Amino acid sequence: MMLPLASGSVTWYLTRSTGAVALLLLSASVVLGVADVRRLSSERWPRFVIDALHRNVALLSVCFLVAHIITAVLDSFTSISLLDAVVPFIGSYRPFWLGLGAVAFDMLIAVTITSLLRQRIGYTGWRAVHWLSYGSWPIALVHGLGTGSDTKGTWMLTLDLLCLLAVLAALASRLPPVFSEHPERGRLTLGGTGAFLVFLAVWVPSGPLASNWAKRAGTPTANLHHEPSHATR
Amino acid sequence: MNPATTLETEQPHLADGGGGDSLPRLLASSALDRALTLDEHLAIHGELAPARRRGRETGLIGEIDRAGLRGRGGAGFPTARKLRAVAASRRKPVIVVNATEGEPASQKDATLATTVPHLVLDGAALAARALGADQVLVAVCESAPASIDALAGAIAERGGDRHGPRLELRAIPAGYLTGQESALISHLEGGPGLPRFTPPMPFERGVGGRPTLISNAETYAHIALICRHGADWFRRLGTPAEPGSALVTVGGVLADPGVYEIEWGTPLRALVRAAGGLTAPPRAALLGGYGGSWIGTEHLGELVLSDEALAAHGASLGAGVLFLLDGAACPVAETARVVRWMAEQSAGQCGPCRHGLPALAGEFEWLTRGAGAPDAVRRIAELAAVVRGRGACGHPDGVSGFALSALETFPEEFHDHAAHGGCEGCAAPGRLPLASAR
Amino acid sequence: MSYRLRVNPITCQAHGMCHELLPERIDLDEWGYPMFDSRPLEPDLVEHARRAAQACPTFALLVEREKKLSRA
Repeated sequence: MMLPLASGSVTWYLTRSTGAVALLLLSASVVLGVADVRRLSSERWPRFVIDALHRNVALLSVCFLVAHIITAVLDSFTSISLLDAVVPFIGSYRPFWLGLGAVAFDMLIAVTITSLLRQRIGYTGWRAVHWLSYGSWPIALVHGLGTGSDTKGTWMLTLDLLCLLAVLAALASRLPPVFSEHPERGRLTLGGTGAFLVFLAVWVPSGPLASNWAKRAGTPTANLHHEPSHATR
Repeated sequence: MNPATTLETEQPHLADGGGGDSLPRLLASSALDRALTLDEHLAIHGELAPARRRGRETGLIGEIDRAGLRGRGGAGFPTARKLRAVAASRRKPVIVVNATEGEPASQKDATLATTVPHLVLDGAALAARALGADQVLVAVCESAPASIDALAGAIAERGGDRHGPRLELRAIPAGYLTGQESALISHLEGGPGLPRFTPPMPFERGVGGRPTLISNAETYAHIALICRHGADWFRRLGTPAEPGSALVTVGGVLADPGVYEIEWGTPLRALVRAAGGLTAPPRAALLGGYGGSWIGTEHLGELVLSDEALAAHGASLGAGVLFLLDGAACPVAETARVVRWMAEQSAGQCGPCRHGLPALAGEFEWLTRGAGAPDAVRRIAELAAVVRGRGACGHPDGVSGFALSALETFPEEFHDHAAHGGCEGCAAPGRLPLASAR
Repeated sequence: MSYRLRVNPITCQAHGMCHELLPERIDLDEWGYPMFDSRPLEPDLVEHARRAAQACPTFALLVEREKKLSRA
């Protein structure tokens, strides 16, 4: 059995796990958010429960996100700085794929702050910023696939796939009313989603799942042969 | 018998300056077919006393208070209270003259605009002086070109008054809710022209965020006369509770429908006589416009035109609208047409109004066609109760009251229609005037 | 100190959470919009009313304090 300390630090494992949990929670938040705006409810799931759950899961996902960032920064294995978390593409570790994480995080910062200050900002202002949450999800997913050390692992792939399916299902519920009022927006979203899925289908097998991804993704040479790979038990 | 669906401007009396004890006052010496020029106006009414000092002159407010003037836009709010509310703010206020006259059955503001515009503008200028305002916005509907021309002409004539406020004419898109206070303010700010949630009230935050005095054109005309002749003079007509005179637009089965000036407390019989008498026995009278109420023929003989007396019948003169419906017309169909029109005039912002008014109209329409609608009357009462008080403005309340008063005033007709559906009168042309929808 | 419910009917979009959280005072009409009377709130309901107002997605529900000034 591999001891964590032998092939990597605690913080490195924490960063990966909190990242995975953050993705899971963000996906759940999207699903709940769509249920909220579509006004789905039942006897045991009244509207106020769905709404409160959406808000709390979203906040929780941000907490995990912050832990994910802090552990990545603290980790001595890589030279990821706090600045890399909010300013995209300037880091030395897999700059593009890490940078996507910063982009998603920036979007979620805006969403979180406006949501906490909703009363002061007013409904229309808050709503306008909240659309960013839809944009942050695919960016976060690709960030995880690109930077994640666990991408090749079965459980991680399964998690990614489940999250993707859940968000697609949410989108399928969200789109029909958009089409009736703003058909242009509906078509754009559908097209964008289709393009994203095609991108995943092409890139994932040839990118993170193919050989030598760590180097191709921009892992600094110094880290390469120490890269904790997903070892089979 | 020709049902009157259009209203003609009245044939005014020609008399001198209106400073005496009798009518007419507002309509004194108004020319037959054109607006009085500034010189003619000043010859009849005299010059306004020049401003005694810079800054606000609140003596006017006291005089209006003693006169007991109430607003003539429909709500009857005491004008002095409104003036004081605007005066209470330290910010420089804006004066708005509401001459939009969205009520289709009303023509009085158009009459004032096209015959005595300077009286209206005098009142506005006096109010501006009293409140320290330097801007007066005169709002008229785009669909009233004669009013626009007359007011524009009058404003141009007054052009050079260095000490007076800036007078601006604003043409507003037509619609029933155009004249609603907060909707009008939105129009004047270049906004969507939809009613707003209050508070803040216009006298606190109105046009451009400034305290705004927004009153009906006729109200300003009364102010102009009270300032010249005094509160005691104003009170020589009318009743102690409702002093002075008011303009009423009368329509329906009368020989000379149009705009008349009455003193409060005039019996309906006297007004009918002044309007040339009845051309047919009336089935009922509609008072106050399309947000008002019906009064059945049995009460019309002894009816006195004061809000106090009308309150006993659940009615009020509102913006001075009185329509006499002939016996051959179908009151159910008339009510149905108006309710449908009012539903289309909704701003569509508030759920209960947006859903409830078309539902109400639908129930009325069931009664005017087909083979009967046994549940319609119950549903009408239910819907009328549900929409009341639940909009941002008073529109659903007006329709609710109008619908309920129809049920109360015409119980047999409603019973018949519920049992048997549309009658002959349902297919006849409508009597009540409806402006074209927005 | 008494409190009353008020709703901004323009921003209200009939989400209905207020009715779920304060069923003692708020009913919904046939189109899902809130209905309540203008009586002051019972003291033990004030917290629930506040929670309902905070839950409203569009801030349409308002819990207003009674002004103690006498009307002019």
